[in-house]
Amino acid sequence: MTSIGTGYDLQNSVFSPDGRNFQVEYAVKAVENGGTCIGIRCKDGVVLAVEKIINSKLLKPGANKKIATVDRNVGIVSSGLIPDGRHFVSRARDEAASWRSTYKAPIPLAALAGRLGGYVQAYTLYSSVRPFGVTAIVGGWDSEGELGVDGQVGTGPTVGAGGKIAGTKAGGPALYMIEPSGSYWGYYGAATGKGRQTAKSELEKLDLSSGSLSLEAGVKEAARIIYVAHEDSKDKEFELEMSWISSMDGPTKGRHQEVPKDILEEAERLAKKAMEGDDEEETTAPEGETMEE
Amino acid sequence: MNHLPQAWGRPRDNVYGTYDASYLQPRLPQTHTQSPIVTGTSVLAVKFKDGIVIAADNLASYGSLARFTDVKRLRPFNSRSIVGIGGDVSDMQYLDRLLNSLDVTENYSSTGHSLNAKNLHTYLSKVMYKRRSDINPLWNQMLVAGLDGNDEPFLSSVDLLGTTFSSPTLATGFGAHLAQPLLRKLSDDESKVADFTREKAVEAVRECMKVLFYRDARSLDRYSIAVVTKESGVELKEDEHLEGQSWAFAETIRGYGRTQEV
Repeated sequence: MTSIGTGYDLQNSVFSPDGRNFQVEYAVKAVENGGTCIGIRCKDGVVLAVEKIINSKLLKPGANKKIATVDRNVGIVSSGLIPDGRHFVSRARDEAASWRSTYKAPIPLAALAGRLGGYVQAYTLYSSVRPFGVTAIVGGWDSEGELGVDGQVGTGPTVGAGGKIAGTKAGGPALYMIEPSGSYWGYYGAATGKGRQTAKSELEKLDLSSGSLSLEAGVKEAARIIYVAHEDSKDKEFELEMSWISSMDGPTKGRHQEVPKDILEEAERLAKKAMEGDDEEETTAPEGETMEE
Repeated sequence: MNHLPQAWGRPRDNVYGTYDASYLQPRLPQTHTQSPIVTGTSVLAVKFKDGIVIAADNLASYGSLARFTDVKRLRPFNSRSIVGIGGDVSDMQYLDRLLNSLDVTENYSSTGHSLNAKNLHTYLSKVMYKRRSDINPLWNQMLVAGLDGNDEPFLSSVDLLGTTFSSPTLATGFGAHLAQPLLRKLSDDESKVADFTREKAVEAVRECMKVLFYRDARSLDRYSIAVVTKESGVELKEDEHLEGQSWAFAETIRGYGRTQEV
């Protein structure tokens, strides 16, 4: 890397003369080697999936979960340094709890992403800390129904608008990706980690912005994309972990949950079948970003 | 010279006369809740062969005023446990939020294990005892109904002192005086639970709710009732009405239905 030896990468919070923060860029490098994570925002829910590389045969299958639940309706999955990801999740849980204690309602996804973005960004400002070595995908469902205030025991007056505007649409799926720099964007489909390039090009094919992909189809696509993205590191074994959040009348009733075993296995079976079909065509997966050394 | 620290910097008594201590603001001892404000009355619960039935009316009273008439005092915790709360309603709302946050943190890990009714009762008893030890009690009595770790019916009570109590039939508030003896007639021992059916238990609780409505001036004929069984989890109905009321008895009681001595 051209930056090495210039001295501008020795400390956080210091810009190089051409306006880069090298410590943040190195953090991004740490993320680029992590297991592939993706998130898909479907019309009636959000799917999160991660390629969990098996580092040792002594690890218990199905244990060491990488997708975490925040509050009830939010899931977070991250690529990069696992302990950094855990700390990030812990902060997200604290933010969600503090929002509840202030507003007596679940935190909206946009607000959570904003707070987490701000938190991550603060770790790029000071020489005493290093940036987060994770890029996190935050997916969730903001309730579209009328949620009572936490602790509410009655319905209150039955006359008058009660401050409500009739006919407004509330809630829906949400998907954000937060990078080591602290920048975050809302996505239809998000991918990070080693196989992100492949995953992104697969996500783009899905035409997610039209809002036509159902959650059930999204689960199958997510499994397939993780399998496709894994092609480049075929020599390593991996486990597929998936979670989802549906609408209030969907399978998870607005909660973030693991995808049930039967649905996961069916999605994996279809993914493997799709892979076999691909092999015959002998397509080459797009190359990842070239590392400047 | 006066060597007592409280006299330092003050005008000397022998020159200016004794200081008028009424100018000093005496600090009162710190106090917490001395009595509940908005209150819910009885909660009743009966254990039967395969589960628990629990009921509470939908009233929150402000003193003797029937202030709120759609208050849900049975708070489901998860699919296998429910808490019926009597006493101060704002403390009930605090407890509800506490249990809500407990449920959120318990579901962070997806191991499939969740708190059962017995765990929940232990947790609540620790909360209540801690608060009474801080001399800042939560002014409630609660019945925890549900299934324990072996999916057996579980019913227990905890009050504002952190006292816990368990029995096949339980009642809080006014119900402890009026309904409990009636319920004990039907089921006063764990051995009787085995041949106490769901229908009988629900009927007994409904009858007791009726007796309470006749006699408890802080009660209402709108109530919530829940049945917890292994098969169906928590089945909660929150807007029941007391059926088959008969006020004929009131005629015979002076000061109740009868206003004059005949």
